[in-house]
Amino acid sequence: ELKEEITRILTANNPHAPQNIVRYSFKERSYKPTSVVDHLAVHFVLEGSLLHKDSDEARRLRIRDGLPKEDAPMENEAESDENHVETPATPVEDGGEGEEAGEEDRPDSVASKPDKKEAKCTNQFNFSERASQTHNNPSRDRSCQTEPPPRITFSVAANQWGIYDAYLEELQKQEKNKEKKKTTLLKKDNNTSKKKMTLMETQSDDIAKVGKVSKIIERMINQNTMDDIAQDFKYYEDPSDEYRDQEGTLLPLWTFQYGITRNFSVTALCWNNKYQDLFAVGLGSYNFSKQEGGMFLLYSLKNSAFPECIYYTTFGVQCLDIHPQHSYLVAVGFYDGCVAVYNLKEKEPHPVYKSTAKTGKHTDPVWQVRWQNDDMDNHHIFYSVSSDGRVVSWTLVKNELISTDVIRLSVNGAVTDGPNSAQLSSISHGTSFDFHKQIDNLFLVGTEEGKIHKCSKTYSSQFLETYDAHSMPVDAVKWNHFHPKIFISCSSDWSVKIWDHTINTPMFTFDLIAAVGDVAWSPYSSTVFAAVTTDRKYGFKLSPSVGLLSLCNTIKVKSVMSDTFPVQCSN
Amino acid sequence: MPEEMRVETMELCVTACEKFATNNESAAKMIKESMDKKFGSSWHVVIGEGFGLEVTHEVKNLLYMFFGGSLAVCVWKCS
Repeated sequence: ELKEEITRILTANNPHAPQNIVRYSFKERSYKPTSVVDHLAVHFVLEGSLLHKDSDEARRLRIRDGLPKEDAPMENEAESDENHVETPATPVEDGGEGEEAGEEDRPDSVASKPDKKEAKCTNQFNFSERASQTHNNPSRDRSCQTEPPPRITFSVAANQWGIYDAYLEELQKQEKNKEKKKTTLLKKDNNTSKKKMTLMETQSDDIAKVGKVSKIIERMINQNTMDDIAQDFKYYEDPSDEYRDQEGTLLPLWTFQYGITRNFSVTALCWNNKYQDLFAVGLGSYNFSKQEGGMFLLYSLKNSAFPECIYYTTFGVQCLDIHPQHSYLVAVGFYDGCVAVYNLKEKEPHPVYKSTAKTGKHTDPVWQVRWQNDDMDNHHIFYSVSSDGRVVSWTLVKNELISTDVIRLSVNGAVTDGPNSAQLSSISHGTSFDFHKQIDNLFLVGTEEGKIHKCSKTYSSQFLETYDAHSMPVDAVKWNHFHPKIFISCSSDWSVKIWDHTINTPMFTFDLIAAVGDVAWSPYSSTVFAAVTTDRKYGFKLSPSVGLLSLCNTIKVKSVMSDTFPVQCSN
Repeated sequence: MPEEMRVETMELCVTACEKFATNNESAAKMIKESMDKKFGSSWHVVIGEGFGLEVTHEVKNLLYMFFGGSLAVCVWKCS
């Protein structure tokens, strides 16, 4: 019995629906069987909240809400209709909740779809308006006024005679122009010869142009390789300075070398006032027996590999100075006692002016030259001091140098041209001098005997004062740039002394254990100065506790401080 | 006055004075209006045969010229 197969057939018929229904028909007064029995079984009904858009009620609602009539796309409605019909027919398995969620989702999506083309017809139960406002920044008024264009007053009286005069003048000018034109016709012949000249020049111009470009490129290359140094030059600040109270640092920046100069020693340095990266170097020899001529070079900081200008001289250059206003004039003092003035603007390698034995050149090496302010006839003047005991002022008059002895140095006092005394007093050898920054007439001369004389340009027979400064030749004497009374002197007797010119004894003395070659005040601070000895460079800052600022271990001899940059320059 | 401006203004004055040879006021009006359009406000023009003048003008914006042997024209800008 268990093996018996029983077949079952699934049909769409509702098993609960009656197969035959008989109804009493009042019309025919008899029982009639209904042929078709409805097999529809409704499992679940949910009343939806959707209204067809075009139905009466919806239309009424819309009118009440004031929404415009819609000619909505038919697809949306067709879809909603289908959804509406399908849901009751699908068999329920999860229960009513799934259906409800499904139905609610669909009204949302249907409602949102028409949004694109119509205003939102959202029902008031599920949707509510919310709004919020961000914080707006407060507004500010800003106004500014530019400077108005500058104005001046103008006044004129316009009258007939003024107009007439103006016309007359105009006529005269025109006549003059006509005359000039006639004379220029004559000059046309000259022009043809000039044209030939210009042809030649254009050829050399090409090379000249290349020259200029190559110069710029050379500088660029040098600056690129030395970029670190250039940055240090401008902005060097050693942070370790904070930790060492008494000491600072001196940073060697560039080395300027030119092959041919190896046999020479640097004897002079000077910065150029106008072009602040330019400086001049004088080369010669300190050795008495070995005098081999000299040179002077112009270097620019922008190109440390090669000098800008080179001048050869027959004798060793001992000192040089660049004119503070006319920075193309360089005064040079030589080992043989000559002085010369070079004009850097001219291409010639010869000096513009040169002193000879006739014009009163020195008989000993000139140790220092210095430009002074132009004299009353607007001629340039410079002073020189030499070992022959004379301080001479040279005036540049047209093509000549005219010398005037300012003062003659002697051991006892100034030489007076008396018949008896002139022969006896011996001549003292001047080695250095310096002019007061503010008082034009006052200057100091340092001598080989170690004395410093304070002199005035106006008194040629007497010193104003003499200081017994050192026991060996005074190598440099310099006034302080700021303090009108202070000057500093250094000597081969290992000492640097600071003086007040009204007091006979030095204010400070520094013993530097080696012959001091040169000393210079800092141009930007009245208490800082630098000194250079045969084996070291020193920078000093005078403070209530006088102390050393820096130390360095190199062989240097000369030092000059630039007026614009806090940089020392030495060889 | 800058060269270009000067040349233009002179030409304009000559045109205006030739056009309104009898009426200085209209000539001045024409010059003033064209200057305002070309070079910005605000310009002032005086044309006459005899007058004295003391004005404040913006730097480099003044022209004083003679025309026709008897007429003097002064044009300046001062806003």
